[in-house]
Amino acid sequence: MSNLISLNQIKRHYDVGGELVKALDGIDVSIKPNEYISIMGPSGSGKSTLMNIIGCLDTPTDGTYQFEGELVHEMDDDQLASIRNRKIGFVFQTFNLLPRSTALRNVEVPLIYSNTPKAERLEIARSSLISVGLGDRLDHKPNELSGGQRQRVAIARALVNTPSIILADEPTGNLDSKSGIEIMKILYDLYTKGNTIILVTHEKEIAKHANRIITIFDGKIKEDRANENMIKAL
Amino acid sequence: MTFDAIRANKLRSTLTLLGISVGIFSVISVMTAIKTLESSIESGLNVFGTNTFLITKDPAIQFGRNEKYRNRKNINLDQYFQLKERAKLPILVSGGDETQNVRVVTYKDKKTKQAPRVSGGDYGTLRTVNTYIADGRNLTEEDVHLSRSVCIIGADVVDVLFPFEDPLGKVIQLNGINFTVVGVTERQGQSFGQSQDNYVFMPVTTFLQRFRGKSYSLGITVESESSELYSETLDEVIGALRAIRKVPPGEENDFEITTNDELMETFGSFTGSIKIFAFSISVIALIVAGIGIMNIMLVSVTERIKEIGIRKAIGATRRHILFQFLTESVFLCQIGGIIGVIFGIAAGNVISLVAKVPAVIPIDWAIYGVISCSIIGIGFGSYPAWRAANLDPVESMRFE
Ligand SMILES: Nc1ncnc2c1ncn2[C@@H]1O[C@H](COP(=O)(O)OP(=O)(O)OP(=O)(O)O)[C@@H](O)[C@H]1O
Ligand SMILES: [Mg+2]
Repeated sequence: MSNLISLNQIKRHYDVGGELVKALDGIDVSIKPNEYISIMGPSGSGKSTLMNIIGCLDTPTDGTYQFEGELVHEMDDDQLASIRNRKIGFVFQTFNLLPRSTALRNVEVPLIYSNTPKAERLEIARSSLISVGLGDRLDHKPNELSGGQRQRVAIARALVNTPSIILADEPTGNLDSKSGIEIMKILYDLYTKGNTIILVTHEKEIAKHANRIITIFDGKIKEDRANENMIKAL
Repeated sequence: MTFDAIRANKLRSTLTLLGISVGIFSVISVMTAIKTLESSIESGLNVFGTNTFLITKDPAIQFGRNEKYRNRKNINLDQYFQLKERAKLPILVSGGDETQNVRVVTYKDKKTKQAPRVSGGDYGTLRTVNTYIADGRNLTEEDVHLSRSVCIIGADVVDVLFPFEDPLGKVIQLNGINFTVVGVTERQGQSFGQSQDNYVFMPVTTFLQRFRGKSYSLGITVESESSELYSETLDEVIGALRAIRKVPPGEENDFEITTNDELMETFGSFTGSIKIFAFSISVIALIVAGIGIMNIMLVSVTERIKEIGIRKAIGATRRHILFQFLTESVFLCQIGGIIGVIFGIAAGNVISLVAKVPAVIPIDWAIYGVISCSIIGIGFGSYPAWRAANLDPVESMRFE
């Protein structure tokens, strides 16, 4: 199978007051469709930076990134926005919902950017929220929801344009274990439906939900192995 | 999403609106006021009918004093009669004068409350002010030649002095002098908030004897037969009057001719400068408001950096963000503009209430107002929107 994502010697350096911070320092990773990958590593090792680059939110200082065989650095703003909008669903540790908009509205926004007609939009957004078990919280604002509920809204938002890749950066980091399990169930469900899942976590137990575990340290890949004992969150 | 943001920032949005409203308000209120005045002055000026012109010693509208006019000879009765003799083209040459010195008109125990306009004229005068006899008769040549103590009264005077009687043939007193009422004119109503029916009108000869000393100057109204003959008539009358007043050839007229068109022009140039003034004021006000908009939009962008980052992460292009912020600023400006237009028209029309003339709505200025608000919204909203559109998504999402 051809690679969905292919990173070649990716570097991301920051210049912080004259001092060079090598957040990523030569990453080589290839990801095929329908893999479930955990990225592990200590704080500051470069996990989020890597996710942002894979998600076409950030541009590497050096190296090449091919998304579905196409070079990302040759794409313009509209193409990148379109990938973020249709191909990738991002789930963040801090939820990153629009605070002043209702759950339904939050889930509707990606559909606005993909020019989906209004009536269809509301229908899709509603069923997406129902699929994560929030059918009774459509008109609640983020601050009227629990952490687990907020993260489920964020997942509903990530899924609304039926992307093939889900990027989840510590999706359970801010949640209690019960809510965390629910999120992991949703991710596993998506994996069984054929989606590619990339999950950042620093918890070993969470990482074991994936069938491939990549460990990074100081911006470099320390280990990249298959996980034989994948936990099936049912 | 524009509305979400505006609703969430009510106070800030309101303050921004206010700036725009004030700018638009100033221009719309002045324009409405001028329109109101124009329409009433136009109807006021039309008292002097078409194809007529007025000869006076001094200009009808005069700014400041001018020695040139002070040294001019008066237009006296003799000159008027001579002009009437000599000018063959006009269908009407009518001389008259007016006084404000009569405080009350009495009949038996009744008195007028408001001092009426008292004027002298001849049979043609009514025609020059577009009025007709309702009852009785007009003045005649004989009345003028014999200086008869007769008069014609307006409807207001009838109302006060003759509520239950027929005024014709009755004797009324002006400053203690007796006059016999021979005619009553049709009611004309109000113009400029003043009744047009409060007057007493008598033969010019009688008027001059009773109410004027040696020094007076008549106003002579001339009517030509048709608009085709208008300029010819004008030339003939000017020539005749120059001869009568012995103006040497080559020197300019020592009297003024006022036509309806000229009055409109003089008024037009006067309102023109007010318009320019109001326009400059509101341009300045709108620029200030525009800077306010820009400032507030920049604050709004800064406050929503995280939101912008999130939006970009879920697929917003630069254009989407640009459009979002431009719509917001244009929308704010237009609301402000519409408020300004509404209050401006209301304020401008207060003048029409005071002046008792019909209210006007300057549709054209209202439209310009709203359009210029949109332009301000786009113009001053562009930079903040551009800043928002070019924010880096990762940096923005980190922003707290
Ligand atoms: N905008 C930035 N400017 C400077 N340095 C940065 C910036 N973003 C990240 N870094 C640095 O890059 C390194 C990797 O950061 P990153 O956020 O990817 O870590 P992480 O592995 O996600 O850590 P955590 O588990 O705490 O989330 C860190 O040392 C961080 O200080
Ligand atoms: Mg991180």
